[in-house]
Amino acid sequence: MTDIPANDATNDAEARTRTREAALIRKRYRAERRFRMYGLAAILAALGMLTVLLVSIVSAGLPAFTTTQIALDLNFDAGDIDPGGSRDPAKLASANYRGALLKSLRAEFPGSETRQGRRDALNMISNNVPFVMRDMVLADPFIIGTTQRVWVKSSADIDQLAKGSIDRTLPESDRRVDNRQLAWFEKLEREERIRTVFNSTFFTTADSREPEQAGILGAVIGSALTLIITLLLSFPVGVMAAVYLEEFAPKNRWTDLIEVNINNLAAVPSIVFGLLGLAVFLNFFGLPRSAPVVGGMVLALMTLPTIIIASRAALKAVPPSIREAALGMGASRLQTVTHHVLPLAMPGILTGTIIGMAQALGETAPLLMIGMVAFIVDVPGGFTDPATVLPVQIFLWADAPERAFVERTSAAIMVLLTFLIMMNLFAVLLRKKFERRW
Amino acid sequence: MTDAAMSEDNTPKELEAALEKAPETEAVKALPIKVRATDVNVFYGDNHALKDVTIDIPEHRVTAFIGPSGCGKSTFLRCINRMNDTIDICRIEGKIEIDDRDIYDRSIDVVQLRAKVGMVFQKPNPFPKSIYDNIAYGPRIHGMVAGKTDTDEMVEASLKRAGLWAEVKDRLAQPGTSLSGGQQQRLCIARAIAVSPQVILMDEPCSALDPIATARIEELIDELRRNFTIVIVTHSMQQAARVSQKTAFFHLGVLVEQGNTEQIFTNPVDKRTQDYITGRFG
Amino acid sequence: MNSLILVAVLLLLSAIGYQFGRKRALAGTGGEIRGLHSLPGYYGAYVALWCALPALLVIAIWLSAQGGIVDSLLIAGLPASAQTLSTGELSLLLSDIRNLASGDITSRTPSPMVLAAAERYNDLRSTGFAAMVVVGLALGMAGFFFGWRAINPEFRARPRVERIVHWALIVASAIAILTTIGIVMSLLFESIRFFSRVSPVEFLFGLNWSPQTALRAEQVGSTGAFGAVPIFAGTFLITIIAMLVAVPVGLFSAIYMAEYASPRFRAIIKPILEILAGIPTVVYGFFAALTIAPFFRGFGESIGLDVASESALAAGVVMGIMIIPFVSSLSDDVINAVPQSLRDGSFAMGATHSETIRQVIIPAALPGIVGSVLLATSRAIGETMIVVMAAGLASNLTANPLEAVTTVTVQIVTLLVGDQEFDSSKTLAAFALGLVLFVITLCLNVIALSVVRKYREKYD
Repeated sequence: MTDIPANDATNDAEARTRTREAALIRKRYRAERRFRMYGLAAILAALGMLTVLLVSIVSAGLPAFTTTQIALDLNFDAGDIDPGGSRDPAKLASANYRGALLKSLRAEFPGSETRQGRRDALNMISNNVPFVMRDMVLADPFIIGTTQRVWVKSSADIDQLAKGSIDRTLPESDRRVDNRQLAWFEKLEREERIRTVFNSTFFTTADSREPEQAGILGAVIGSALTLIITLLLSFPVGVMAAVYLEEFAPKNRWTDLIEVNINNLAAVPSIVFGLLGLAVFLNFFGLPRSAPVVGGMVLALMTLPTIIIASRAALKAVPPSIREAALGMGASRLQTVTHHVLPLAMPGILTGTIIGMAQALGETAPLLMIGMVAFIVDVPGGFTDPATVLPVQIFLWADAPERAFVERTSAAIMVLLTFLIMMNLFAVLLRKKFERRW
Repeated sequence: MTDAAMSEDNTPKELEAALEKAPETEAVKALPIKVRATDVNVFYGDNHALKDVTIDIPEHRVTAFIGPSGCGKSTFLRCINRMNDTIDICRIEGKIEIDDRDIYDRSIDVVQLRAKVGMVFQKPNPFPKSIYDNIAYGPRIHGMVAGKTDTDEMVEASLKRAGLWAEVKDRLAQPGTSLSGGQQQRLCIARAIAVSPQVILMDEPCSALDPIATARIEELIDELRRNFTIVIVTHSMQQAARVSQKTAFFHLGVLVEQGNTEQIFTNPVDKRTQDYITGRFG
Repeated sequence: MNSLILVAVLLLLSAIGYQFGRKRALAGTGGEIRGLHSLPGYYGAYVALWCALPALLVIAIWLSAQGGIVDSLLIAGLPASAQTLSTGELSLLLSDIRNLASGDITSRTPSPMVLAAAERYNDLRSTGFAAMVVVGLALGMAGFFFGWRAINPEFRARPRVERIVHWALIVASAIAILTTIGIVMSLLFESIRFFSRVSPVEFLFGLNWSPQTALRAEQVGSTGAFGAVPIFAGTFLITIIAMLVAVPVGLFSAIYMAEYASPRFRAIIKPILEILAGIPTVVYGFFAALTIAPFFRGFGESIGLDVASESALAAGVVMGIMIIPFVSSLSDDVINAVPQSLRDGSFAMGATHSETIRQVIIPAALPGIVGSVLLATSRAIGETMIVVMAAGLASNLTANPLEAVTTVTVQIVTLLVGDQEFDSSKTLAAFALGLVLFVITLCLNVIALSVVRKYREKYD
């Protein structure tokens, strides 16, 4: 450590110094390890939260992909359905199927003669069974007067019971299924007249008040219609704005203003865009409420900054030598951009656009403002039909008190996340494939 | 290092006398060896950056590494205080000893090593702190100072040694970045000597400076060699000739020639050294 | 839908115009491209643009103005008794007329007046549409011939077409400005109307918020109270909780990612963390209500604390989780922008890695980190769905995170979702809250962006 010749005294002092130094070093390394641990702990905490989120959603949502059916002997009683015996389709369509169903239920469920018993029996099955019966009769009028064994959808409560979400040992008053229904259910179970099947209803219908009949098709179509409008508006405008700002705009106050503006718009809360849509599109221009076209316009304004920023970055990454080469050949500036620069920047622009679209797909708040939050049971057929979108559907279901809707909310989230993951994966692949190093 | 040793001259008296008397060329041979490198090879991934470098660096002298850019001289410099450890793909073979202890030995703590072997970089890099805190940073983390007065003294002593005290004594609270380029570099030198290292490595310390600032740094280097062993990498041969007593010429990762500065510049043995010095390539 | 057909016809016409323009240019030189000033396609494009642009522009203006003009004509044609109605009743009447005209169910049985008006409404609309079709097509044809006639081999088609494209680019980039103007205007106008009923002082400093105005004057609490302080306080409380979660976790993750992590670790973990940023906020809201809020409630019960089921804590923590990736990726960028020379300088002094980070890198990166935290704060303030689903509606003025509070965004949503009359103070209050929200987030963003930009410039 030192070259100075030493006597005993200095040796002693030196030894003390050394111990002190070693202690200090140990302390410093402990601090180092501690600090490093904090960093790792932070990352693990974030990952842990992500895991908890995904696990709780998936575990809550998985049961929604199956549904419970009950095999019922349905009596297509001629007296209820076709008292005149005319077999007239118009009369058949509006016949008393409920009456026929009640007769069948009386036969199936002993003890359902009383008022309370009848209600219990009806609550075993989904309330769409009369419509199922009607459709069967219309398809084949010869079944009138016969008894058919049909697998019908159970009610949501029975579905929960079958999936084990309802505790059978609870006292009757705390249970959504009373003792009589439980007894019926257990009897059916013994007779193997309960089965669990894939819940195709969830993917083929729109919203419903009855959880077992509610599906996401309406919301998915609504999202698709809305996103089409968003894409059609924001992509061309975004790319054009980026091309102007990056390739043509002179550096002056005006373009500075536009730039600051775009950066700020990217950080404006989404709900403010909803207020803009409400005040301008609905109240000023009088466009229809709840329509995908308005939703698409609002989301387009929201997505525009994302696309512009991503497109500018992609354009900036094209080396100037390519522009110079084209200009040197006698191409005009516009030709240079459209023939050479834009095609080279396109993968980057598309990546940014997909990411913007993914954001738009997950957006909820601005759409609440323009009335896309209505309860809509029809699958929208056009851009001006009332519609809702997937995230809003999630929001609506999350508010519903029935346990069965918790399941469906989580399942809808899984569908939404699947779409988002696919879009992002596509963006990543696109970037990987066309990644270029000049 | 103890507090006492730091503020004092740590050159033995008899050596001091020898230094004054003997001509420089003689002194190089007479002085003890501070840093001894044996067969050092450095790889960056697959790139063999430094090949079989063997050199002795004498104590209390300025040793200059010269050579064309990319020749490995900075790489070798960074091996001496293990700065290359921070680069993941860098791999070092061979042996570098300081005071006969291998610095790449497992028992050597890199933090303590760097306190003993300071470094000054190409571009002045003062921390984004006040001038005072820039100097106090090293002594504080190494536990060399206790209390305010202690630190004040340390800061003053270091700035004085770096010849910066007169210029900055009234504005110690200002950020280090507010100084001029030359002052910043002297601040960095002051920062390095504040932890009383034994060796100071300088990686082209004047390349970002104007000629006047350069001259001041060169004077400072000449003064500092009384107390420290200095190794300087430079692209300027005049600078090497002006400040150093020993010179080593690197070319393409090979240490081509080493010797007394006078001898290298007046009578190089190797053809490549001769070509470089006479300006045929560079 | 019919306007869409008109637009399609015009586009078809302009496609034909393109072919004609091309042919005419080539015919002028006997098929020799070399004799033309520009490529033949530019002549085609010139005609096509003349054909489509003016007509489409007029149709767009027509469509946006038609609604208002028809309405005012309709009102002017109503009997005198209807003219004296208040704005609210008039708009109700108008919507009845419209619904009836389009064959929908009306809210009350139509009176003869409404029936007649509905008929007139349909008349006006069809006349208007017919006029639009005629004008649009006429303009299209006129443009066609104008463009077509101008073409000869010396005609400088390319510069003219490029000029138009250039202007189109400028218009596209001005849409960002228009959006901002639209936001400011719509918020400002409605807010001014609100402040003409409720004084700004009461709004900004009042301690009582209960916007539920009753429909009839004699009902209890019919006045409504619009003191927004409890809302601001609630927003503030939840934002603070969110930042307490997001800043340490985000910052430490960023430090670990930028300084310690191996490239492999970084390549795997960074995208996974960014999933957190890609999850829609409605999912976080549901997560808060489904998992986090019951967890805090249960935990509180087990240690004898009374936690509200819509506690600020649950909403804040989940919002914090959502914000983590913003803080971490922005800080990561900022830390990476600190020049390597500072790290080298510190290492060469014999500092350990953590000493270097704490005493050199963080101070150097501080402006950038502050900027990213400000940006994240603005995001937390403006975040809607999490608080709508997990925070309450009760406007409590409290600093206790275990109680339910409400926020600006929750109130905007509550006031505007569902049936609303556009003129009530309740609806207008939402716009006033929106204005406050916009101004606050705008200030935070402007400060944050300029801080970050200054920081970038310093090290570039």
